[in-house]
Amino acid sequence: MDKLLDFLTRNQNFVLADGAMGTMLHAAGLTSGGAPEEWNVERPDVIKGIHQAYVDAGSQIITANTFGGNRFRLMLHNNESRVRELNLAAARIAREVADTAPREVLVAGDVGPSGEILFPLGTRQPEEVRDAFAEQAAALAEGGVDFFLIETMSALEEVTAAVEGIKSASDLPIAATMTFDTHFRTMMGVKPAQAVNALYDLGIVVMGANCGNGPDEIERIVTDLAAAKPANVYLIAQSNAGLPKWKDKQVYYDGSPEVMADYALKMRALGVNVLGACCGSTPEHIRAMREALGL
Amino acid sequence: MTETRFADLPAELQEHYLNMQDDLYDGAKDEVVEATRQALEWGQGPGAILAHGLVAGMDIVGKDFGAGILFVPEVLRAANAMKAAMEILRPLLTETGVPKIGTAVIGTVKGDIHDIGKNLVAMMWEGAGFEVRNLGINVDADKFLAALRETNADILGMSALLTTTMPYMATVIERLTEEGLRDRITVLVGGAPLNPAFAEDIGADHYCKDAAEAVDTARKVMQLRGGARG
Ligand code: B1M
Repeated sequence: MDKLLDFLTRNQNFVLADGAMGTMLHAAGLTSGGAPEEWNVERPDVIKGIHQAYVDAGSQIITANTFGGNRFRLMLHNNESRVRELNLAAARIAREVADTAPREVLVAGDVGPSGEILFPLGTRQPEEVRDAFAEQAAALAEGGVDFFLIETMSALEEVTAAVEGIKSASDLPIAATMTFDTHFRTMMGVKPAQAVNALYDLGIVVMGANCGNGPDEIERIVTDLAAAKPANVYLIAQSNAGLPKWKDKQVYYDGSPEVMADYALKMRALGVNVLGACCGSTPEHIRAMREALGL
Repeated sequence: MTETRFADLPAELQEHYLNMQDDLYDGAKDEVVEATRQALEWGQGPGAILAHGLVAGMDIVGKDFGAGILFVPEVLRAANAMKAAMEILRPLLTETGVPKIGTAVIGTVKGDIHDIGKNLVAMMWEGAGFEVRNLGINVDADKFLAALRETNADILGMSALLTTTMPYMATVIERLTEEGLRDRITVLVGGAPLNPAFAEDIGADHYCKDAAEAVDTARKVMQLRGGARG
């Protein structure tokens, strides 16, 4: 049986994942427009501290700092030749924290969007994107992740390329989420039920929704996902901590730990199996969620 | 530059432009290009074609996108069709009637790769008679500054679509001040997560909610600057 499904089964099909990485990095001094992945090498202590804080708060899954770790996203920072180095470093840091945790903690290798629009709508050929994901996945696997988490996707073509690319590089399990942030669809127009069918056809059985426009919207989306999913599919929910606001020269998210605790209870009631949070969330939010859930 | 108002055009031309808007809405690139050529043959000026066909069409696309009727693939197809038509109009806009009213540099700030809205603004500024240096996406302060110096620009336009990248606009403005360029350049900013309060907070001169407002604002800015100079 695969490691992720096995983990879920041993935990009565409900596990708590972690919260935001970017939000924590910006709080730690990452500048606007800066490259989070560089910190895997330059500030490994900070990355480790963030993972540790999530584990201490109750996370049973931690997500390596590799959201923008594919060559296309790294190219924005002239780091496209450092895919292996930065992903390997990230996976190892998370691995180390997981291995010294007081309970079983899995490491997810984070695979975020390429930022490219695929042909024919855009100019990028699917094979190029597939290769980029394969390259990233190989380094994450080498660094010791337990499974891959494809996140925040908006185009089905790109999820397909990601799944194919990862499978060509590793046999580890794959989970995937899409972001339904545009009138309850992804920005490319994909509806929750459509996503369920397409992901399932790709062989994904742990899937869901992340990021987006706060817990209220996620609630409706997860309801749709739950209604559409085959019986053997496990659901993921990772909402942002509310909505972004601008105050005192910085961005903050308006969802308090209490709001997220309430969200946690609602998600469990809707049948979510892997529960975490996204932009704006902190270990404090995860702790409030764990306490509310009585874990 | 004043084009004939749509309502004052002959019926056949009105119909032609409405069809063109429909084709743009459907992302039918070849048809939009053909309609552009046809209008030119009938003696329509490039400014009029841009305004009544392309910009008016994009307006509807933008509204329906905002309302959740269209999604990104449709917006992209429409933008591509507009771009193809612009390839024909651009040289005409510069060589014919439309006088050059100013120089602008525009780009999407560092860390941000959204360029659909910014490109619309750039195309419409061109249409309004600006010479535009479009720096693309992921533009850092150095690149903005170099382009502003090279072109001796009047206006800097910055676009950001992410809450994580919009603060970078403040960084660019600080650099302008540090390097003594701030007084010479009018800074306009835009992008979905911005608002007037944010623009004021970071010391930009104006916030533009959409491309039409970006054109109006830029025109007004040039009138004021012209006034101050003359
Ligand atoms: C003078 O200067 C001026 C003046 C006026 C200016 C101006 C400059 N710039 C704009 N204007 C104004 O005039 C324009 C014309 O009227 C207007 O421009 P707009 O850009 O607003 O409008 C365009 C005509 C149409 N609108 C757009 O083109 C943006 C649409 C949405 C759906 C969008 C798109 C298309 C994309 N995206 Co992205 N994307 C979203 C957007 C959701 C939304 N509803 O806005 C948004 C902006 N994206 C978001 C996110 C999170 C992301 N995106 C990402 C990627 C992408 C695509 C590549 C897939 C694609 C961009 C393709 C491209 N080539 O541009 C990623 C970021 C990558 C990066 N580092 O930049 C990614 C991080 C997703 C991910 N997980 O990877 C969200 C931002 C959340 C936030 N507030 O921070 C988002 C609001 C979606 C959402 N609801 O969550 C005005 O704002």
